[in-house]
Amino acid sequence: MYIEVYNEREQTTTKVEFIGTKVKDLLRYLRLNPEAFLVVRNHEVITEEEVLQDQDKIELLSVISGG
Amino acid sequence: MQCSKCQYQAVISLQHGNLCKKHFIDYFEEKVFKTINKYQLIGRNEKLCVAVSGGKDSLTVLYLTKKYLEKNNIPTTNLTALAVDEGIDNYREHTLVDLRKFCTEHRVPLTIVSFEQELGKTLDQAYPIINKDASKKPCNVCGVWRRYLLNKHAKRLGVDKVITGHNLDDEAQAIIMNIFKANTALAARLGPTSGVQEHDLFIQRVKPLYFCAEKEVRLYALLKNFQIKFTECPYSKEGYRHHIQEMLNEFENKYKGTKQGIVNSFLAMLPLLQNQEKEMPQTIQQCSKCKEASNKDICNACVMKETIENA
Repeated sequence: MYIEVYNEREQTTTKVEFIGTKVKDLLRYLRLNPEAFLVVRNHEVITEEEVLQDQDKIELLSVISGG
Repeated sequence: MQCSKCQYQAVISLQHGNLCKKHFIDYFEEKVFKTINKYQLIGRNEKLCVAVSGGKDSLTVLYLTKKYLEKNNIPTTNLTALAVDEGIDNYREHTLVDLRKFCTEHRVPLTIVSFEQELGKTLDQAYPIINKDASKKPCNVCGVWRRYLLNKHAKRLGVDKVITGHNLDDEAQAIIMNIFKANTALAARLGPTSGVQEHDLFIQRVKPLYFCAEKEVRLYALLKNFQIKFTECPYSKEGYRHHIQEMLNEFENKYKGTKQGIVNSFLAMLPLLQNQEKEMPQTIQQCSKCKEASNKDICNACVMKETIENA
């Protein structure tokens, strides 16, 4: 499926094609640690177990901030 | 995924279940208030100062400290906020904008002090000079000066305690850093309240977010609509802490509860570490230059300041 991903930390938006169904599959594909990100879809925070749909738009918000 | 307590959609999956927005906010606030009560972090007649930066942790702890005071009918006029502007280009100026707005909105008086005014240079200007001379990382320089200014101005403001936004991740990282560096003296000063014993020159620092994971704090700030733009200190990846943070996040992802386990084990050992420190001869004295606390004739902040002046 295709997912549009906005990465807050990198300030980038990319279209990602991956095989999988859940948020955790997407994060694994992107090699991102779920501990370091919150995932938002349609202005709502979703868990790693949430099932994604083709063409979903996802925001990855960085948990780590400051310094 | 459904909340374990109701039919609404979960926003977070925790070890003991999944929680929706409402139940997560309740759980988070209850955890913070329980920490304050258990460790007696806030006294009824104490004057309090929250150390703030404008980031998620400090805004959350400021908001919840005020809420705790209101909930317990303690006057909020005893609450103030104190920020340190290190002078890091394209970073701190952004968080200070959010901070000023937040403090105005929540009617908390804010004091901002800066490295430049107090020590003559911004961190950006000071770090290359000190680094050249003494191989210090920016985080070493920043840490010494921040703690120095927070303590100095907290005393000037006449507060009894400084409240900080340190969370579970910060504490687990600090514990591991001190273990890896065999620094038991520094480890003894960790915990929900700072310091091994009271001293007139030090204002005690307390940590209401001690048992809140960084991810939970970010989620709380997001759900409460605190306006926080993502910012990252340009120096943060240069520090030792960054490597420990990545390592612990990898462990936490594979073995849930790792950070909590580190902190809980540490708390069980902390009285032993503190007793050991109490038996050591007291070395705290007044710095001969600035009259602030020091364990040497001249404190680290003044040594760094002199290095810059003599460069």
